[in-house]
Amino acid sequence: MTAAAPAAPLLTMHGIVKTFPGVRALDGVTFDVRAGEVHALVGENGAGKSTLMKILAGAQPADAGEIVVDGAPVTIDGPRAAERLGIGMIYQEFNLVPELGVIENIVLGVEPRRGMFLDRGAAAHKAAQVLAELGIVLPLDRPARRLSVAEQQLTEIAKCLVRNARLIVMDEPTAALTDREIDALFALIAKLKAQNVAFVYISHRLEELPRIADRVTVLRDGKAIETRPIAQMPQDDMIRLMVGRALENHFPELPPVAADAPVVLDVRGICSAAGVHVQNVSFAVHAGEIVGLAGLVGAGRTEIVRAIAGADVPSSGEIRVDDRRIVVRSPHSAIKAGIALITEDRKAQGLVLGMSVRENTTLAHLEHFVHGVFVDKPEETATTNTEIAELRIRTPSAEQTVRNLSGGNQQKVVLGKWLIGSARVFLFDEPTRGIDVGAKAEIYALMVELLKRGAAIVMVSSELPEVLGMSHRVLVVRGGEIRAEFARGDATPQKVIAVATGIAA
Amino acid sequence: MADVESPPAGPPETVKAVLDARAGDVAAKKRRAGLLRAGGFALGFVVVIAVVNVLAHGDFLEPGNLTNVLRQITVNAIMAVGQTFVIITAGIDLSVGSLIALTGVVMAQAANALPFGGPANFIVTLVIGLAVGCLAGYINALPVVKLGLPPFITTLAMMQVARGLAFILAHGQPIPVANSVPFDWLGTGYLLSGIPGFPGIPYAVLVMAVVAIVFALLLGRTAYGRYVIALGGNEEAARLAGINTGRVKTLVYVISGGCAALAGLLLMARFSSGAPQNGTGYELQAIAAVVVGGTSLMGGRGTIVGTFFGALLIGVLYNVMNLLHVESYTQLIVLGVVILLAVVLDELRKRYVAR
Repeated sequence: MTAAAPAAPLLTMHGIVKTFPGVRALDGVTFDVRAGEVHALVGENGAGKSTLMKILAGAQPADAGEIVVDGAPVTIDGPRAAERLGIGMIYQEFNLVPELGVIENIVLGVEPRRGMFLDRGAAAHKAAQVLAELGIVLPLDRPARRLSVAEQQLTEIAKCLVRNARLIVMDEPTAALTDREIDALFALIAKLKAQNVAFVYISHRLEELPRIADRVTVLRDGKAIETRPIAQMPQDDMIRLMVGRALENHFPELPPVAADAPVVLDVRGICSAAGVHVQNVSFAVHAGEIVGLAGLVGAGRTEIVRAIAGADVPSSGEIRVDDRRIVVRSPHSAIKAGIALITEDRKAQGLVLGMSVRENTTLAHLEHFVHGVFVDKPEETATTNTEIAELRIRTPSAEQTVRNLSGGNQQKVVLGKWLIGSARVFLFDEPTRGIDVGAKAEIYALMVELLKRGAAIVMVSSELPEVLGMSHRVLVVRGGEIRAEFARGDATPQKVIAVATGIAA
Repeated sequence: MADVESPPAGPPETVKAVLDARAGDVAAKKRRAGLLRAGGFALGFVVVIAVVNVLAHGDFLEPGNLTNVLRQITVNAIMAVGQTFVIITAGIDLSVGSLIALTGVVMAQAANALPFGGPANFIVTLVIGLAVGCLAGYINALPVVKLGLPPFITTLAMMQVARGLAFILAHGQPIPVANSVPFDWLGTGYLLSGIPGFPGIPYAVLVMAVVAIVFALLLGRTAYGRYVIALGGNEEAARLAGINTGRVKTLVYVISGGCAALAGLLLMARFSSGAPQNGTGYELQAIAAVVVGGTSLMGGRGTIVGTFFGALLIGVLYNVMNLLHVESYTQLIVLGVVILLAVVLDELRKRYVAR
């Protein structure tokens, strides 16, 4: 955890400025990384972390500023230039070619050749060598699309090392990993540190930083607010610097469920066979209640909410909303019945990125805005402006293209889309993944607001504190089945994990 | 302008008030950008045309020539309108050229065989032609929607089948339309041709204008149009928003088939016959007009107005080259270069705007 003697930095970024239409993403950021250190970069969504790293990786040009590597100013005008300087980038959404195997992905772009042909033997040797050095085992011939998230990540790391990276940028590397996989990743990072490889480590999981980081820099509104050794940066300070104000309590007070609260969502024996098989799942959610679905990644939690929302059509079972049986044949029928699914992957499933905030907000309820033949645009704009104001979406106007918004603001647009309807049941799938503390608190507050309006909420979350802190009841899912149910008071991390991992029940 | 750029701050009521007040500005700004783009396009057009007109000794700006250009683009423009819908969903319809032949042959036969004449004959013939075109579009869509097959393949198959059917039905020969009165109007007639100095408006151009306006409204102002664009941008997000993506997609191919039938009618009326070899290669002309008009082949973006100007540009180009006696082989090269140039310029403009 202690940094090596502060030598001349490996990399320094000086006064980096980057402006997008309507947004000053970076406002003169200065930032440095020493050889063999893990430098954590934290900040709310939209603070500029990703933009800064994209500039470093050559994915985007900076408008102004200077980058110095090994004491010499450099120009990074593309990914190749970054690669030559020994900078490797691992994005949250991996950049592997799905149909190619592990070896081919590792050597992609730097394939050994013999004459004009690829030298497969040399490629395999090269990949095997790097993996052996790392002490990791991967199924070398398996196409990337069939690898687990952790295996894909290891492939990405190996890819950087084959290119002799001295600095590896990791964006939210633990977001989709299990605890055991996180341990393995941290061990690997420590090993590489010992070989003088430096890391820029971007994460929203502040609690893991003391385990892995040497120094931490807080970004806010496109500015580097402060850099400190991690030992001198308690979590409270970090949060305060990130949001510019102190956040007293992480989770809001949950209003108790009324004793006579009616059942809003009643799921009886549903099965579905898309992805993880959902088997005979039954539960009920009352008005004003949040039911948390806990479990490991791949336990079938997402599949359960997808079946309820008609995203996958359930093969059997019964779903009732307000004691009326609904036939779920498609998302359309579920929406009609008052069920809203806030999907886990907003870019792939929640938003049309090329459309405006307005068009995305009204998409699921467009028929309400049709008067006669045409869509009433002024009415759409008025409704969208209300949502922008209430959800504090940071956008210059309703006409801004959603692609240009930050992740947290995109997530708020997804929420706005479902709030304008008259949904009674809200299914939140990983509602705060990849989102900063400030936006998290806002989303929790919004859930409480929905409860007060009598909504029933089902929340899938991989963050145990979130499930425990934001649920009236916790259902633990394993292998597509509900294995245990805990009341709010009874649900302890130990009990939930025991069931989720199959140690108990 | 600067205050329009940044997100407003403050309590929700203030933010809402600022945004509402700003909505007009934003709309105006968008309109201005659109006008600027159209204006730039028009200016370039005028300059080119002025030069061409001088080179062609004043022939180009002859009213007769101008209406001629408009009439020449009708078939391509109408096909391209339907094609725009398909391409916005990231699909493609290669069958429209063959459908022009098939519907032309079927309509010529129907017009000859129907027991009544005059407008009734015309209307029933039109309905039959549209039914054939729409049905072919529906068949195109089925494997795409139900099995997720690439539209390139299903419409390629339809392109062959429709062409073959047209030849079989017509026994390889053009079918003259015997009872041709309403068709003649459509093919060669003019509205308001009595006014001195005014050449009149060809009925075919009128049909094109109506088709363009109706479909521009359908795409730009109705829920269906919004769904088409949403589906092209992110099909899964559209489905999860409760949109019946299968139906939206199916309808897109039906529209394209229907437009092909209308184009087939105009071509048949123009020549007073339905010929099985008509429309060969027209599908690529239509796709060119759509792409030149700024619609993305990746889907999610496109306008009917753009497509119309795309068809117009290509039509004017042909006309000008004919007036300047450019050899037909050279014409192909020029057309190819212009298509590429138009797309390159549009891409550069987008990058410039995005900065």
